[in-house]
Amino acid sequence: MSNQHQYEVLVVGAGGAGLMAALYASRSANTAVISKLYPTRSHTGTAQGGISAAIGNYEEDRPEWHTYDTVKGSDYLADQDTVEFMCNESPEAVYELEHMGLPFSRTPEGKIAQRPFGGHTNNETGKPVRRACYAADRTGHMILQTLYQQCIKNKVTFYDEFQVVDLLVVNGKAAGVVAIELATSEIHVFQAKAVIFATGGHGRIWEITSNAYANTGDGIAIALRRGIPAEDMEFFQFHPTGIYRLGILITEGVRGEGGVLINDKGERFMDRYAPHVKDLASRDVVSRAEYIEMRDGRGIGGKRYLYLDARPETINKYAAIDGRTNPDGTPYTITGEELLKKLPDIIDFCRTYLGVDPVTQPMPVQPTAHYAMGGIPTNIRTEVVIDENNTVMPGLYAAGECACVSVHGGNRLGTNSLVDLVVFGKHAGINAAEYARGADFEPLPADAADFARQQLDAIRHSKGDEKVYQIGIEMKQVMFDHVGVFRTEEGMAQALAKIRELKERFKHIQLDDSGTIFNTELLSAWELSNLLDLAEITAASALARKESRGAHANEDYPKRDDVNWLKHTLAWLRGKDNVELRYKPVVITKYQPKERVY
Amino acid sequence: MQVTLKVYRYNPEKDKKPHYDTFTLEADPTERVLDLMERIKGLQDGTLTFRRSCAHGICGSDAMRINGMNRLACKTLVQDVGKKITVEPILGLPVIKDMIVDMEPFFESYRSVMPYFINNDPPPNGERLQSPEERERFDDTTKCILCAACTTSCPSFWANGKYVGPSAIVNAHRFIFDSRDQAAKERLEILAGQFGVYRCRTIFNCTLACPRDIQITKAIGEVKEAIATGKLD
Repeated sequence: MSNQHQYEVLVVGAGGAGLMAALYASRSANTAVISKLYPTRSHTGTAQGGISAAIGNYEEDRPEWHTYDTVKGSDYLADQDTVEFMCNESPEAVYELEHMGLPFSRTPEGKIAQRPFGGHTNNETGKPVRRACYAADRTGHMILQTLYQQCIKNKVTFYDEFQVVDLLVVNGKAAGVVAIELATSEIHVFQAKAVIFATGGHGRIWEITSNAYANTGDGIAIALRRGIPAEDMEFFQFHPTGIYRLGILITEGVRGEGGVLINDKGERFMDRYAPHVKDLASRDVVSRAEYIEMRDGRGIGGKRYLYLDARPETINKYAAIDGRTNPDGTPYTITGEELLKKLPDIIDFCRTYLGVDPVTQPMPVQPTAHYAMGGIPTNIRTEVVIDENNTVMPGLYAAGECACVSVHGGNRLGTNSLVDLVVFGKHAGINAAEYARGADFEPLPADAADFARQQLDAIRHSKGDEKVYQIGIEMKQVMFDHVGVFRTEEGMAQALAKIRELKERFKHIQLDDSGTIFNTELLSAWELSNLLDLAEITAASALARKESRGAHANEDYPKRDDVNWLKHTLAWLRGKDNVELRYKPVVITKYQPKERVY
Repeated sequence: MQVTLKVYRYNPEKDKKPHYDTFTLEADPTERVLDLMERIKGLQDGTLTFRRSCAHGICGSDAMRINGMNRLACKTLVQDVGKKITVEPILGLPVIKDMIVDMEPFFESYRSVMPYFINNDPPPNGERLQSPEERERFDDTTKCILCAACTTSCPSFWANGKYVGPSAIVNAHRFIFDSRDQAAKERLEILAGQFGVYRCRTIFNCTLACPRDIQITKAIGEVKEAIATGKLD
């Protein structure tokens, strides 16, 4: 295989956003997908509960309610034009997935089944609405499989197990990428007219996380090294129901089906924090409630976890108390058998990892680092923008979790990750292909691969007594302790200093593996360098934000401050110990910020 | 508790032939075998090489032979396999390095059975309707994560690597029995061929190996029956 390649459009990453982009771009442009994993290993596959679309298969629903719920969920930091666009597009996107063969669960009439989720409401009654379209509790698996199947059908070109390590920028335009082939360690240069980053999240910064080992924020880190800022990185979602100690996700769909959170006293405590929608409040709200319960000694046995109780008798008891009904008006009840049908995977997780059977026992849960609201800044067309004036870098696109088109703002609404990656992945593919039709290849310099080589060689030849593994553990601990669900000025400053110390220590790592065939130790070290950069940006962005909004709960500034802080953070990495912060306004169209009550 | 992990090692850059290394470490009975391997790689021997990603049985990266059985390292707890653990690569695919095998032949078989939805009628404005019973018909085979645990546990596949193998049949089954799909006939023709379902000797290794508890032998049986009867119910 030659190590020089040329495609009109390159897609980096093969999760939901990347595959959707590839399907669309490849219709009209010569396209390739480069992925460090086999595509079906991507993290989209672990999404469980559903993908929202206001198609109202059980009861009235409207895209504008989805829009408002998303804006409210974001604590008013989302850009309202992009949210409206996404929520209007989502019904068509969901039908399109169904037409591609996605095996959604079905209503008795044969339509796509939907379930309630946190923060999804009928805006007129304030009651929960069934908006999350689901395939049991493996919706993400079905989306990933379906999109990959369609890519095979359409003969999309893949470079599997190639790690992109650099973005080439020529004359201010994206001109290609540099990748290392995992099987051989050979460096490949890909020239392109347009590049789409769909590289996923970076939850591996934190100790307890639902995220895969692969979620190391590669795309954002690569962009940062090329002078592109990262937006709103202080906003990272902690999902309230991760399996205790392991962090594995238990879908919000469990609470959608009627499960409740219980403290050591046997109380359903969400009553006190969100009197209206209770256990189905937004994730940031529920995670904070859990922390307060644990801090005040009401964790189970005084420990740092609570119970998620989805035993049919519990569900039925609280459904009766809440007056929950079926679409036909009869009281809502569920049996163990129905639970098993609707939530087979999470029941399997609990049985496998905890020896707990959720049909007969409550599940021990704690908040788990789950989703990056922030990322590579883009406009509504998924074009990457590189400053506070929204200046576009021609030819560069981003979509999915790595991007910040800002539909999630300060806190993402459950199921909107899948909506985001399908809608914006699709438009990234369309827009990049259209751009490529009118663009020329930029000439690549002879030394195009040098920066990538330098980074890898620095790791390969590094000498010292530091261990990548140990540095990773210390990063994850300090970030979980101090840049987690609740934050203090002192804690964040401490974390930032610690991350900078770890970055220094990283210069003294030493690898055992000097080989070229699947040198996964080398790749893990490079991934850690990405995580360290993103941890630094996250801590610095968080420390600067003197308010509490969405997932950023700053105990020294416990109130939201719309006068001074209704704005997006842009953060640049400017060399050693230097993060430059600038800000840009939030796009507000229909919904003026107001107090957020659930 | 103290656990010993005996690990198959092969690095073509260094080794003329494979050998085993033994590592000893402290472990909790509820830890995953993958956790142990991560710790060994991080603290004892950085050259130990394996694939992994989600670490909870969904992405399908880390199928390996653990105490002789094909399993996912992330779905196997120490207490499931005991203090003495042997870890080897899955069988029947060329070993590249340690636990990493060449997955290309596996994916080639997968691609050969038309593992994608085909319906050439123009779609309706909304969804294509499908009753819960029709949806249930192929539910089991939608769960496949392409980990290859089944195919590489199959003696028929070991005997002849051209056999498409249980995983490819599972993925064909998922479409053959989908009421919305229109290409069952073509897939059944492929699977009636020389390297299709008739290589299956109903040994059930695949069903035992599947980390998703798919009733694979049953699914293969249903495909055989559909070929024999020309009926899809």
